[in-house]
Amino acid sequence: MAHYRLQAPLTDKDIEQLHAGDTVTLDGIIFGVRDANLIRLFDKKVDLPNDLKPQLQGAIALHTAPGVKKLEDGTYEKVSIGTTTSYRMDRFTRGLMEDFGVRVIVGKGGLLEEGSEALVDLKGCYFTILGGSAALETTQVEAIEDIWWEDLMPEAIWKFRVKNFGPLIVSIDSHGNNKYKDVKKVARKNLDEIISNL
Amino acid sequence: MAITDYVAAYKKTWEVNENFYQSVEEACKTLYIESLKDLPPDVRRALERAHEKEKLESGKEILATLIKTVSTADEEKLLICQDTGIPVYFIKVGNQVRFDGLRLEQAIRKGTERATLEHPLRSSIVNTLTRENHGTSTGNQVPVIHYEFVEGNEIEILIVPKGSGSENMSYLKMLTPAEGIEGIKKYVLECVFESGANPCPPTIVGIGLGGSADKCAALAKKAAAREVGAPNPDPDVRELEEKLYTAINKMGIGAHGLGGNTTALAVHIEAADTHMTCNPVAVNMMCWPARRMRATFKSQTKPEISY
Repeated sequence: MAHYRLQAPLTDKDIEQLHAGDTVTLDGIIFGVRDANLIRLFDKKVDLPNDLKPQLQGAIALHTAPGVKKLEDGTYEKVSIGTTTSYRMDRFTRGLMEDFGVRVIVGKGGLLEEGSEALVDLKGCYFTILGGSAALETTQVEAIEDIWWEDLMPEAIWKFRVKNFGPLIVSIDSHGNNKYKDVKKVARKNLDEIISNL
Repeated sequence: MAITDYVAAYKKTWEVNENFYQSVEEACKTLYIESLKDLPPDVRRALERAHEKEKLESGKEILATLIKTVSTADEEKLLICQDTGIPVYFIKVGNQVRFDGLRLEQAIRKGTERATLEHPLRSSIVNTLTRENHGTSTGNQVPVIHYEFVEGNEIEILIVPKGSGSENMSYLKMLTPAEGIEGIKKYVLECVFESGANPCPPTIVGIGLGGSADKCAALAKKAAAREVGAPNPDPDVRELEEKLYTAINKMGIGAHGLGGNTTALAVHIEAADTHMTCNPVAVNMMCWPARRMRATFKSQTKPEISY
């Protein structure tokens, strides 16, 4: 298991070399997405703003809705930026990758079968950031650079510039390895044994 | 009771004055903000114990990061988690206190709103159908408020900002009497397994037993909000807590669902009696930042703030 310090957006080589269990720290740009904005994009079929669309090629998406403070000049200052549970957004994974070129999802809790398959088919990765650790995550966000669909506040689409962002754990890789699945498999066996001894 | 006892009890009665409601509003503002930043000492100790005991190296590292998060929140005065949760209040009312319940609720709501707007905090509360966010952390029947009446002349307000990662992993099942205690154990274990990484383990597993379906779910939440390691006084219930704690941590889900022997920081059960045909069990988990803070009002003066 190796540790990588990577610059976003990631290259094919960056993704290819990562294996489940590796750890990563990131620098560069990441985009915050979650329930309301993905429902608008994929279910209500509202087009993404034109200036955002090209920026998502090779991008890293973070499952989040931050706490922010709006300043007088209309920009946003961070209050608390952390990560939300990914399974709710699982079914949007393939669309984000196929239609917009997103390569990495950063979230917590892992993806379901459908999202994990999309990562293998379209050569992407899922990085776990520890849930509940917003205090740490907030100190690693240098700036909130942009916002789209502000009316969905706080579930807008956010552009963050991050430095030394992590520790991130490669929990699902592009080769089909999935740490969550491995853990669940062992836990199922342990649980069956525990139950038989009740 | 002798007449002198009645007189003594009457003298102890505390009729709150106008300032009380303002004081509750201020206290609720403080409780909401500070509970999001300052983790109770029992939860900190439980995380440290788990870190010492964890055998899997990667699990140990995860627990070390969680502990670092808590100290970063202390040092930088940051929220531990961005999820400001659904604000849940547990009110303990002394039977010798006289107050206007509606005004108390208004004050709690106002304090919650002011915390959200003045800090500011992320408002996580939306209309369930339209999904519109009110921007105030309050709404129709939110905050959620539970009451309990006890002897004495104090009012205690406990806030539990309940994160949704763990709240979404909530369960209720009406088991049959024939499924017995074994059925309860099996069901709780399956719930923890099914939840996996989602509730941000290591969790406090709150379990409600008995009552009606609604009572059972409320007991599970009360159990989850208990101080870590404060055992249930009923020896049968305590034994079940201990057995489930051991079994859950043998499962191997681990911190953040990535393996290891730290899946639960504690297992708490609250039990009520039930109908002879019923065997209800509910599970409500608290994520690792098990946030709570309380204000105790003893007289017209400022409340005492504790965890």
